[in-house]
Amino acid sequence: MTKFLATTALALALAMPVHAAQVAEGDTLADNQELNFWILDAIKSMDPHKNTDKSGSYVLSQVFEGLMNEDAKGAMVPGAAESYEVSEDGLTYTFKLRDAKWSNGDPVTANDFVYGWQRAVNPATASEYAWFMELMNIVNATAVVKGEMAPDQLGVKALDDKTFEVKLSAPTPYFIKTLSHTTTFPVNQKVVEEFGDNWTQPGNLVGNGAYKLDSHDLGVNLVVSKNDQYWDAANTIITKVDFITVNDQNVALTRYLAGELDWYNRLPAGQYPRLKQEYPDQASTSPQACSYAYIFNLSDKGPEALKDIRVREALALAVDRDIIVDKILQGGQTPAYYWTHWAIEGFEAPEIAMASMTQPERLEKAKALLAEAGYGPDNPLKLTIQYNTSDDHKKLAVAVQQFWKGLGVDATLNNVEWKVHTDRLQNQDFEVARYAWCGDYNEASTFLDWFRTDGYNSGKWSNAEFDKLLADAKTSDNPAELYKQAEQILAAELPYVPVYHYANAQIVNSDLRGVPYENVMDNWYAKDMYRVAQ
Amino acid sequence: MFGYILRRLAVAIPTLLLLIIFSFLLMHAAPGGPFTGERSLPPQVLANLEAKYGLDDPLLVQLWNYLKSVVLHFDFGPSFVYPDLTVNKLIADGFPITMTYGFLAFALAAVVGIALGSAAAIRHNTWLDYLAVGTAIGAQVLPNFVMAPILVLIFTLWFKWLPGGGWSFSDPSFWVMPVVALGTSYMASVARITRSSMLEVLSSNHIRTARAKGMPESRVILRHALKPALLPVISYLGPVFVSMITGSVVIDIYFSTGGIGRAFVDSALNRDYAVMMGVTILVGALTILFNLIVDILYAWIDPKIRY
Repeated sequence: MTKFLATTALALALAMPVHAAQVAEGDTLADNQELNFWILDAIKSMDPHKNTDKSGSYVLSQVFEGLMNEDAKGAMVPGAAESYEVSEDGLTYTFKLRDAKWSNGDPVTANDFVYGWQRAVNPATASEYAWFMELMNIVNATAVVKGEMAPDQLGVKALDDKTFEVKLSAPTPYFIKTLSHTTTFPVNQKVVEEFGDNWTQPGNLVGNGAYKLDSHDLGVNLVVSKNDQYWDAANTIITKVDFITVNDQNVALTRYLAGELDWYNRLPAGQYPRLKQEYPDQASTSPQACSYAYIFNLSDKGPEALKDIRVREALALAVDRDIIVDKILQGGQTPAYYWTHWAIEGFEAPEIAMASMTQPERLEKAKALLAEAGYGPDNPLKLTIQYNTSDDHKKLAVAVQQFWKGLGVDATLNNVEWKVHTDRLQNQDFEVARYAWCGDYNEASTFLDWFRTDGYNSGKWSNAEFDKLLADAKTSDNPAELYKQAEQILAAELPYVPVYHYANAQIVNSDLRGVPYENVMDNWYAKDMYRVAQ
Repeated sequence: MFGYILRRLAVAIPTLLLLIIFSFLLMHAAPGGPFTGERSLPPQVLANLEAKYGLDDPLLVQLWNYLKSVVLHFDFGPSFVYPDLTVNKLIADGFPITMTYGFLAFALAAVVGIALGSAAAIRHNTWLDYLAVGTAIGAQVLPNFVMAPILVLIFTLWFKWLPGGGWSFSDPSFWVMPVVALGTSYMASVARITRSSMLEVLSSNHIRTARAKGMPESRVILRHALKPALLPVISYLGPVFVSMITGSVVIDIYFSTGGIGRAFVDSALNRDYAVMMGVTILVGALTILFNLIVDILYAWIDPKIRY
């Protein structure tokens, strides 16, 4: 990175407004500033280094604060750090921490971040997200996770109480965007060591976020209330957030309508149009950084037929994505012809020939391709589509089965439970499998890395040119162009059938302001919200 | 009798042991593990996790260690999926909840069911009989997963009388819907069993004798008919009691009670080995215990049975 860019980044960080609940002119605050948020399942852990799911992240982002937060549009804004500098080679980041306190009154220091990050990679912690620090390219992260080096060898250092330095093993353009992830949150060493495994229990837990943990009844609810020690407590309006678990989506909707919940996100397929009609000021839909696909098994264990590009292209062409998004899902999802979600920051969508064809044209081409590959009425192609148990996945699998039937492909559906599905994906024990990927940070590499030869890549597709483009993108001044080229390779080789890009259809109490509808990463901070009198 | 109880308890120990061994092996034979997910973990991270929970030992060593910690320390280990919690704490938190609504639902089923069934039998072929039978059939055909969302719709959304879910030990309004949803179909079964059994007893010789001797009808029913009529009801209620107080996944899902009924199903789906073992042992031990209690009750009620 050039010096110019480094200075610009710093200047940008400094110029950024403190993001707090900014009451719009003309809004009168309601007396009740409590928020009831629906979560589908029990919160698994209040330990930021052991959290593995989205609902856990919702809660932890209120109770802890990382170096950076996200604003209403998903842009990175200063959190616990008030500014940062990047070295010329892009390998050293130096963060200046703001004056802030833990909820027990201790000052938040650079050491808390050093301790937290070392803890995340320490094999003794056994964090399921230890790989995230490897993804961030922090010096020695991989060796520490493997147990080959001590955790204190991780490339992080406290230069003084308020200065935190991170050394990277390679320039990482998305580094700053990883800093709102729970794995990068600091923890209070004193508290963790004093209480051991019990440090996350209400009463013991100490955080540096805008809210503190009041109670947690597993599978019932989790309550956080305003933390008066928080550095921006004066501008925090929502006083309490109750995360209410309701395992049944229909009951959750009833309870929303009864006023027990203020915010219901991720409406089930098909529900959105009716709710939008009945509650136009409450129901909305906005893009969410996940993509849905069917993965072809191209490994040695996969079917021979799928190794033929013509077959893969025919199968991809035959899927009528408009029917899937308009008739089945109906929640603002968009048809997908490439892998990266279109709303990812800085991503320029590639031109894909298939996207501009009409469905009859696609079908015609698909039939020709399949015949060319030697499949037809005398020699029908037989495939098994595997998906995990869920009404929505089932609806899609049935639709795809029908689309392929139109080509003369005989597809069998194989519904398995989640653990079996993922186990088979990891062992290449499938033919065609349903899959979805959600971005870890707001940059295209979080999607495209999946198909790298050494990526998750369940279908074991491999392309040296693709790998090289992604490696080059890490140090490129114009990664968007390289990502576009990588998508073109995917579109030509089709190791998968891209189906749709996610949208988050939700229903939110109309008096709630500051909901970050435009943040594709689906992260939010109650401290940025408020309720108006109606 | 005392010897019989001791013998039964002695048999219970190997039974439980076999239950533990079989569930342990079956569970580990299922594909996937607690840490399989849509993102395959890097091998070293997986190795760290398995080392932490002792999953890298040979299966029989794991089983031996597990048995040791359960028997010697009464320690059921940590949950793999809820890393903040131990199985002991999970059960200690969740079981009192399921026990509360389960026990109340059981009481509802037993008391109302027996009353309804007896009334129907005594007033055989009258409007009361038809009403009771009709109610029982209606309650039976309405499964709790249909009834639960309907209750929420009526009492939370329309009337706004009751909270739509959650749990509080101090506020009985949270208990009403779980108890009704869980108890109703059992109540219907109890009513049907009581009715047919009571009809049979009322036509038996000793009742005719009692009536012939001029005993008042209320005394005939309460002293001589009810006790024998309850025998089939008790053999039905014994196992039902255990399944009710150990919770219901349907109730836990619809009413977010935080009970352990859901833990049972979840732990199996999540491959949360320790939680699944803990809940299996709890249910297994309670089943053995209550079968024994039913047998003892039998001996007390039916003079023909002697152990």
